Amino acid sequence: MNDIKDYNEDLKSIKKIMEETSRFLSLSGLSGIFAGFIALAGGALAYLVILKSHTFAYSEFFMNLSNNETSSMKIQLIIVALLVLILALAGSLYFSYRKSLRTGQKIWTPVSKRMLINLLVPLATGGIYILILYSKAQWLFIIPSMLIFYGLALVSAGKFTYNEVFYLGLIEIATGLICNVLPEYGIFFWCFGFGVLHLTYGLLMYRKYER
Amino acid sequence: MKVPISSLNKLFENRVRLGIMAILIVNDSFDFNSLKETLEVTDGNLASHLKTLEDNSLIRVNKQFIGRKPNTRYSITETGSRAFKIHLDALEQIIKSQ
Repeated sequence: MNDIKDYNEDLKSIKKIMEETSRFLSLSGLSGIFAGFIALAGGALAYLVILKSHTFAYSEFFMNLSNNETSSMKIQLIIVALLVLILALAGSLYFSYRKSLRTGQKIWTPVSKRMLINLLVPLATGGIYILILYSKAQWLFIIPSMLIFYGLALVSAGKFTYNEVFYLGLIEIATGLICNVLPEYGIFFWCFGFGVLHLTYGLLMYRKYER
Repeated sequence: MKVPISSLNKLFENRVRLGIMAILIVNDSFDFNSLKETLEVTDGNLASHLKTLEDNSLIRVNKQFIGRKPNTRYSITETGSRAFKIHLDALEQIIKSQ
């Protein structure tokens, strides 16, 4: 006959298995901190170097320049944005991998696959949508669209990882919507949405789950 | 003190079977290899416990092929999820009543 201690162990192990197989818990707060820094560095590079600290409202700045100058600037801005994306992704993979080594959890599991699909569908939709915006010269709306689709991706992936990801998604969507109203201040919203929010989220998550 | 020992399901006294049920109650379906990796058991061990649960209509088996590789997926039945929930409640009550 089992005794109480065994029942307690049973219940604990059931709860652990249920949580670990229904949520991807290797996401590290350090990923958020790293992504936030990279995004702020990218924003600073865009503002200080490419736009030469003229103005946050880059639409006015562009109006005073020749077509050649603006198109080369836009390409530079896109390269910076892509670099930020690649570095942030690489960082989050690296920190998740490190955390999974520490906790002994596997990274490639049914739930991590499901989380990725739920993340990638809105994200890829956003990527294609942004390409269309760019091809139609609607570049002012690129940053708000990035924020909105990224937020939607987090909301959708949030069901399969920490709840906080869902709430981060909601704030990103709100940031994107406000940015849509003031699109000329895109770089400011970029720094807030991808920089400040990620830093805050990363620090909170790190303190809550990894210390 | 009323302890609902009788509500405990004998089938779930085994850790592996308990683990299988815990996984299947939160996942629509799970394949054999993922079950094996999650529970860290051998093929034979896992297969025999799955068979027991299947024979008792607690889980359902769905054999598919991905290319030429067989891919066996398991999911919980209505009977299974009811039985498992009763078992969980009983465990919680027993612990609480102490």
